[in-house]
Amino acid sequence: MNRLLSTRQIWDTPVVLTLVSAGGLLSALLGDGIWDVFSWAALSAPVIVIGWYVARPAV
Amino acid sequence: MLKRLFAAKGMGAPCRPPSFESRESAMPTSGTFKTWYLVHKWTSLVCTVFLLLLCLTGLPLIFGEEIDHLLGDRVDPPDMPGFASSRTPMASLDGMVEAAKARRPDEFIRSVSQPRDMPDAWNVSMGLIPVAMESSARLTFDARTGELLLDRNLQQGVMYVITRLHVDLFTGPAGTLRGLAGMLFLGSMGLSFVVSIVSGAVVYGPYMRKLPFGTVRRERAPRLKWLDLHNLLGIVVVGWALVVGVTGVINTLARPMFSYWQSTELAAMTAPWRGKPAPTTFASLDRAVQAARAAEPTLKVATVVFPGQKNAGNHHFMVFMRGNTPLTLRLIKPVLIDAQTGEFTDKRDMPWYVTALRVSQPLHFGDYGGMPLQILWAVLDLITIVLLGSGLYLWWQKRQTSMELLWAEADPNHNVVLSATQRMAPR
Repeated sequence: MNRLLSTRQIWDTPVVLTLVSAGGLLSALLGDGIWDVFSWAALSAPVIVIGWYVARPAV
Repeated sequence: MLKRLFAAKGMGAPCRPPSFESRESAMPTSGTFKTWYLVHKWTSLVCTVFLLLLCLTGLPLIFGEEIDHLLGDRVDPPDMPGFASSRTPMASLDGMVEAAKARRPDEFIRSVSQPRDMPDAWNVSMGLIPVAMESSARLTFDARTGELLLDRNLQQGVMYVITRLHVDLFTGPAGTLRGLAGMLFLGSMGLSFVVSIVSGAVVYGPYMRKLPFGTVRRERAPRLKWLDLHNLLGIVVVGWALVVGVTGVINTLARPMFSYWQSTELAAMTAPWRGKPAPTTFASLDRAVQAARAAEPTLKVATVVFPGQKNAGNHHFMVFMRGNTPLTLRLIKPVLIDAQTGEFTDKRDMPWYVTALRVSQPLHFGDYGGMPLQILWAVLDLITIVLLGSGLYLWWQKRQTSMELLWAEADPNHNVVLSATQRMAPR
């Protein structure tokens, strides 16, 4: 448990989440309809991730 | 369970301070870390109170239009089945202006504009003085029938108070130096927030060297639980918060930017007429709008600024036109129409800095992707409030936290003594 995590292990999830959020922020700006739907899905990702880790039972 | 056993076994002699081993194994280039940690701490402390205010006032503003509807401060034109707005001749704009003047004879017409989301309505904005910086009233007319739908006093009501708190803290009226100072002050708080986000992300990395993503040590001391939550919330909303923060800062520069545009390019458009006597007779507004549409057939009229008002000069209608796509909807192109003859005079493209400002605005407001996006905006705003609150709590809890203790907290085995005794207690 004291093993240090690699940079990749630390950052993979945050980086993916940030890229997905950025895609969501941009897509609704570029178009309507399906672009809006993608934006809703993408920006739901950070909310769902937080919900998951906050609500899951103690490890 | 295995993990817990392992953690309990690995705790070694209970009297040894947990910081001891973590200092050796987990503290990387501590000088750099310490610097970023202090940057995060101080930029956060500087802006947190104001950011809490901005987040709280921003929450109702996300739903500003819906709230205006509920309060009766906004009325949609009624549905008229079979009415094709592109074909049927529209009601006269001159008629609407006359009706507005008749209702408010002591006020002055500032502009006539078509709301982005209400193609069947026109707003006539009035000012209390001949050249007002802010509209005192807005009259909404049905674009098809010319019927008055709503006559609304501006600069009052709960949403106005919330907006001003969010924009300039009531330091002064719009267009005054004090109002600008308030905006720029909040802008500097936003800048501090942006630095705090970046430095927070920098310290997140070294801090999480022993904790898998999403770890929330809820069975440990409240401080550790909130530290983990602060890290989790912060790193997950970092992208959104950065975008809303940066675009918010850009928005505080809106007035200086518009003023600059006005004093350079817009002023250059009307410069040949400066000093000449103002016209006494005016062309029909409908005719002026037609001329603008003819000059830019692919664009739609957004706002017509009246002669004598800021931007327009004394001799012209300044017609700002916009595109149809979600992106070009925000871009405005000035088209100058002679106020006396109603003829097209000149047109320009927006300068890059106004384009940047206009495109960044929706990214701050979250009003560009329908109600689901607004709701997500509100949820992310609430998460940011918890983030700010937890940061404040963590600072308040241990104002004298040493770097060693800080590193100990980054270690999953921290507080094993405490949690081991907790575990021994009967369940």
